[in-house]
Amino acid sequence: MKTTFLDFEQPIADLEEKIEKLRFVQDDSAVDISEEISRLEAKSESLTKDLYAKLTPWQIAQVARHPQRPYTLDYARHIFTDFQELHGDRAFADDKAIVGGLARFNGQSCIVIGHQKGRDTKEKILRNFGMPRPEGYRKALRLMRMAEKFGLPVFTFVDTPGAYPGIGAEERGQSEAIGRNLYVMAELKVPIIATVIGEGGSGGALAIAVGDQVMMLQYSTYAVISPEGCASILWKSAEKAPEAAETMGITAARLKSLGLIDRVINEPVGGAHRDHRAMSQSLKRALQDALRQVADLSPAELVEKRFERLMSYGRYKEQNAA
Amino acid sequence: MSWLQKLLPPKIKRAESAARKSIPEGLWSKCPACEAVLYRSDLESNQSVCPKCGHHQRLRARARLDLLLDAEGRFEIGNEVVPVDPLKFKDSRRYTERLSAANDDTGEADAMVVMQGSILTVPVVVACFEFDFLGGSMGSVVGERFVRGAKAALEQRLPFICITATGGARMQEGLFSLMQMAKTTAAITQLAERKLPFLTILTDPTMGGVSASFAFMGDVVIAEPGALIGFAGPRVIEQTVRETLPGGFQRSEFLLEKGAIDMIVDRREMRSKVAELLTLLTRQPAIGV
Repeated sequence: MKTTFLDFEQPIADLEEKIEKLRFVQDDSAVDISEEISRLEAKSESLTKDLYAKLTPWQIAQVARHPQRPYTLDYARHIFTDFQELHGDRAFADDKAIVGGLARFNGQSCIVIGHQKGRDTKEKILRNFGMPRPEGYRKALRLMRMAEKFGLPVFTFVDTPGAYPGIGAEERGQSEAIGRNLYVMAELKVPIIATVIGEGGSGGALAIAVGDQVMMLQYSTYAVISPEGCASILWKSAEKAPEAAETMGITAARLKSLGLIDRVINEPVGGAHRDHRAMSQSLKRALQDALRQVADLSPAELVEKRFERLMSYGRYKEQNAA
Repeated sequence: MSWLQKLLPPKIKRAESAARKSIPEGLWSKCPACEAVLYRSDLESNQSVCPKCGHHQRLRARARLDLLLDAEGRFEIGNEVVPVDPLKFKDSRRYTERLSAANDDTGEADAMVVMQGSILTVPVVVACFEFDFLGGSMGSVVGERFVRGAKAALEQRLPFICITATGGARMQEGLFSLMQMAKTTAAITQLAERKLPFLTILTDPTMGGVSASFAFMGDVVIAEPGALIGFAGPRVIEQTVRETLPGGFQRSEFLLEKGAIDMIVDRREMRSKVAELLTLLTRQPAIGV
């Protein structure tokens, strides 16, 4: 797969193009230029490393939305075995912006739930760009209840610009669907491990992200509103999205330092999209660790600890009541 | 300009506009719905419901609590919790400046007032959003005050009521504000476990992060007439689907029709309706009103 380069990756793109040309020349050249090629490859690698070492929050938001980034179904394939996708909310439809089903994680039965984006135009439309409607959340809810019934841990993968703002979605109770999930996830009697793998877009993300362990991939984002949305409301201009991204604190590193997530999972050099397999391996290790943290808790302890975690969210001060 | 205005001699037009200007500020109020000019004291004695068309005007949190709760024996909960600026947030203005300006305008420290008291002698805890404080947005303080209200209800085995009036989450607190959705909703699960009623009264407007958390988790979900209630704002939806929204979309009457809420209650009936529902839910005898 040919890598799609983001705007800020132009220097890498130029270098890669040069390497590509040299490779082409090498095929029918008498002179051995393989040394030159490997020198350039090393240079490209270190350039990528340097560039990715100091990404701005806005650039990270671009990486989080990269069209080649691994999605839930990619992880379902690489991390889990025997994935059996289950469909529908039993009331209205099967929302393809959220996928889920039974699977095995290291041989142990579990439930996998995640937002799903599409790769090409056709699939993007099919997946509604990863923006769920109420039936998507209700399918997720059904699967969580199933997990509870059979004592299976739940792994969720968060990757959405947000819940879909459409007429039908409103008519069928988008608010209620999200609220219901928050409610049920707060009291679900099996472990929930949530990982933000791309975009964590507001309530639409949170609706499957209340968990006992909440993790984020290194170049994923998690925010109450998109940087563009925030900028157009507070700065009255979507052009100010980079500033909004900076000040809102949307990156994994920032949110870890604010105590809002448990762990940042490192990505391969240049981002998860450059090596799905390597990304899946390190994500798998992180999921194993996370599950181990909560595996020994009784259902009651689990729910109590999760409740305490939820109650601890927020920053305020207390003063003597006047 | 209408044909009639065009026909009128300029003198009459001037006289008319001068007369309009001479109305003293604050004595009269124009109904935003039917444009009837109302005597302000008439409007207030009618709980800020237009006597002509029944339009429910927005109310301040304390005014609402005054209308809903009995006058005696009420006290505030959670007002010791006040905001900080966890992200050092600054757009065109600093968040701290916005907070203190909102404080000056409303006299409130944040967008929620919680009180314990009674409704027609039925004891309750009521959390009420203050829309005039940064659009009633839910940040850490709103979440924590809500939770303290729920906790008080839990400890004393009282029903908990939330009156919403909000644009949604408070952007200036970033992900902290998003997490308030999970926090407030989780608090409700404990009330349910002890079989304590949770009622929500949705007023104009109830949007975004509040709508999509506990607002629809009430055992009974009540809305005031004509309130705008929804997940996404109408403008966002219009821009997304690129069509004009149907009339009455996302209004209380629309939600009732779609099965999203239990009932629409006129503000002037709210006290007796809420007391009635609470006694029914808790198997208490009816209150003679």
